Amino acid sequence: MPYKSSVPLFWRLKKSKYNLIGTKCNTCDKVFFPKRNLCPNCRRRGNLDDFQFSGKGKIVSHTIIRVPPEGFEKYAPYAAAIIELDEGARISGQIVGDISKVETGKPVRAVFRKIYEDGSGGLIHYGMKWEMAE
Amino acid sequence: MRVAVVGAGQTKFDEHWEKSLRDLSTEAGALALKDARIDGKHIQSLYIGNMSAGRFIGQEHLAALAVDQAGLIPIPATRCEAACASSALAFREAYFSILSGQYDIVMAAGSEKMTDLKGTDAIATLMGAGDQEWESAIGLTFVSLYALMARRHMEKYGTTREQMAMVSVNNHRNGALNELAQFPKEITIEQVLKSPLISDPLRLLDCSPITDGATAVILVSERVAKRFENPIWILGSGQASDTLALHHRKSLTELLSTKVASKKAYEQAGLKPKDIDIAEVHDCFSINEIIAIEDLGFCEKGKGGKFVEDGKIARDAEKPINPTGGLKSIGHPVGATGIRQISDIVKQLRGDYGKLQVNGAKIGLALNIGGSGATGVVNIFGRDKPK
Amino acid sequence: MNIGIVGYGCYIPRLRISVDEIARVWGTDAESFKRGLMVEEKAVPEMDEDTITISVEAGRNAILRAGIDPKKIGAIYIGSESHPYAVKPSGTVVAEVLRLGENIMVADFEFACKAGTAAMQCCYGLVKAKEIEYGLAIGADTSQGRPGDALEYTAAAAAGAFVIGKDPLATLEGMCSFTTDTSDFWRREGEDYPSHGARFTGKPAYFKHVVSASKLLMEKLSLKPSDFNHVVFHMPNGKFPLTASKMLGFSKEQIEQGFVVNRIGNPYSGSSPVGLCSILDVAKPGDRILMTSYGSGAGSDSFSFIVTDNILERRDKAKKTEDYIKNKKNIDYGLYVKLRRKLKA
Repeated sequence: MPYKSSVPLFWRLKKSKYNLIGTKCNTCDKVFFPKRNLCPNCRRRGNLDDFQFSGKGKIVSHTIIRVPPEGFEKYAPYAAAIIELDEGARISGQIVGDISKVETGKPVRAVFRKIYEDGSGGLIHYGMKWEMAE
Repeated sequence: MRVAVVGAGQTKFDEHWEKSLRDLSTEAGALALKDARIDGKHIQSLYIGNMSAGRFIGQEHLAALAVDQAGLIPIPATRCEAACASSALAFREAYFSILSGQYDIVMAAGSEKMTDLKGTDAIATLMGAGDQEWESAIGLTFVSLYALMARRHMEKYGTTREQMAMVSVNNHRNGALNELAQFPKEITIEQVLKSPLISDPLRLLDCSPITDGATAVILVSERVAKRFENPIWILGSGQASDTLALHHRKSLTELLSTKVASKKAYEQAGLKPKDIDIAEVHDCFSINEIIAIEDLGFCEKGKGGKFVEDGKIARDAEKPINPTGGLKSIGHPVGATGIRQISDIVKQLRGDYGKLQVNGAKIGLALNIGGSGATGVVNIFGRDKPK
Repeated sequence: MNIGIVGYGCYIPRLRISVDEIARVWGTDAESFKRGLMVEEKAVPEMDEDTITISVEAGRNAILRAGIDPKKIGAIYIGSESHPYAVKPSGTVVAEVLRLGENIMVADFEFACKAGTAAMQCCYGLVKAKEIEYGLAIGADTSQGRPGDALEYTAAAAAGAFVIGKDPLATLEGMCSFTTDTSDFWRREGEDYPSHGARFTGKPAYFKHVVSASKLLMEKLSLKPSDFNHVVFHMPNGKFPLTASKMLGFSKEQIEQGFVVNRIGNPYSGSSPVGLCSILDVAKPGDRILMTSYGSGAGSDSFSFIVTDNILERRDKAKKTEDYIKNKKNIDYGLYVKLRRKLKA
């Protein structure tokens, strides 16, 4: 997939992917991840600022992916989940560690891992995955 | 102003190694024209649904190509895209073009050629329907999105693995009668439960297949409908949107788009869920049929699994769902599915659908879903012309 | 003004493979390997871990302990022989993830297993020259050994990170290096696995450099072995550092706390840094620590640290070395081969 070799596409997102920086609307007090340019609740009345999430959350639902898409073959099987961040927003992410222990409701924290490699000669894309808190 | 469907065509859904997208599109269009007993020269405009020819076969500008191949130059041709709901959108655009008074006879079509790519590439392409930056980019697949919904539905409502398997069993039992189905054979609950895990808790036989195919229907204005035999009338049409990424939804166990689209369609038709005789619903994965049964109002939220288990969706039961086989058995060429569902409802309502006929079906509903539910389209059809 | 380690942190991947398991596959005598190498098992990175990711985790722990605004860090140097890119620095990614700011000096270092301590020297120099307020020095590797080679029993993955600056938890009282052109171990550009001179890696290489550098430092500071509470040397296996320790006149008690090789193997540039982290996890204010690294090619960097009172309030702010060592899962050789991409798929 040619877009997966795109350098600017991933570069543009690096702050959010590396550091969980989203936005907060000062009008309605809601937090969003990833960043939004427009508050979906307040729209033009919204007033958005960057917001740093703590990297802590809990599992809302989960699965183990055994048939991966192109580019993720070598990582299979891997666990994925929807995570509710402590501050309120939700995000999809892979769960690392003992994937047989993944359960809804378990607390998780962000760790930094490789997400995807564009072949052996292309760029390595890094970002957040999630580790079950002990 | 009322609009009717007077012709419907579908190619065999299959892995068509010898046929290209253009072959399949032309074949479906010709079948629809033949069914309507009109000549192509009467078609005033074409709307075609297609999800991702650009990535599946590297071909964009598909609508013009379809008109070109069909010998219908120079009529206007428009492509519609909403992932797996692409052709339901094409159908609505065709419908609106007649309602606007611009045209009297219009073709709505859908097509997808998926098997030219290898499996993992096809999976990645389908994931283009999700959030590319925040779902696909972390390795999620479409089945995994529905697996996340299934897990939540099981945990929240006690829906069982067996109940999900029963959806596939029901649809294959119906599809076994369908000559145009990709997998026209019956399967058992045990086979579903023993099939390979794809994304826990969903297994291979919970998933609709990767398929090549094309479909087309002919829509006409009330003014010209009298020239056609057995027109099937559009009673209501609704479409709604939701967040592209599943994780942004408040609930993982319902699809807002289905609820809003069906509410619109029911209102327009002046009907209630109990009035629906048959329904073609989007069973891309078994759990989605259970969620759809609930969201369409056929049963209470959370009781969809029980509804299936109680046999209420069988072709001879109170609410026949996917009586021609559903996406599971017929196959799911993503951009063609929406109109395939409509084509099957039309044929059922005419009352002469051979082995597939559900007796006494007068009102039918088709639910087509794009992605993990970011687009939902519901169309309701009737045998009798509404007042 | 005292300069030294303001914050420290390590990261050790969760997976382990035992010497027994590797010996089982190659039909070698596990007991003799375990006796000879004094290694029971080694740390293996997950498929999605590399020098960049483990540097981030170790660096995060170091910054947590330092308790400083990461924007005040003016330099980051990562020493490794397994930088994921041949061209493109690991440091830029790590700096961005750790939010070190953009007014920062970055370079990746390579000197076999001692690039991490070379990074510490540079940070110290820049702080002392008042060019930067803090520097972040990291030694990290996800090292590879050729299948069946003796290195495969020990080549491991881990990272140690140190924020260098003023108001330290361990003051650097002196340092020196001993360097010669000695080719005991090398890897050519584009090669997957290193080559080595087998027994030549011992006497003329490891022992000569480790012992010479340690002696030079003690002479420079007028110290004797008994002045140190703890010592840590580069640990390519268990036997080498124990032998060097004995040659220099240190006791078993002095080397014990930093001796992690038996349980995690040899994470190359991360070896002596992780050993130092382990010492700092328990050291008391006033303790003196000798650290001597070794990098093939060849050279040794020696440091003497004096632990300050700051250790007491800083060390519990992040995960300790023992936490990482104990949080483990053993894998078999098949999974190891898959994870380490030894399969030509």
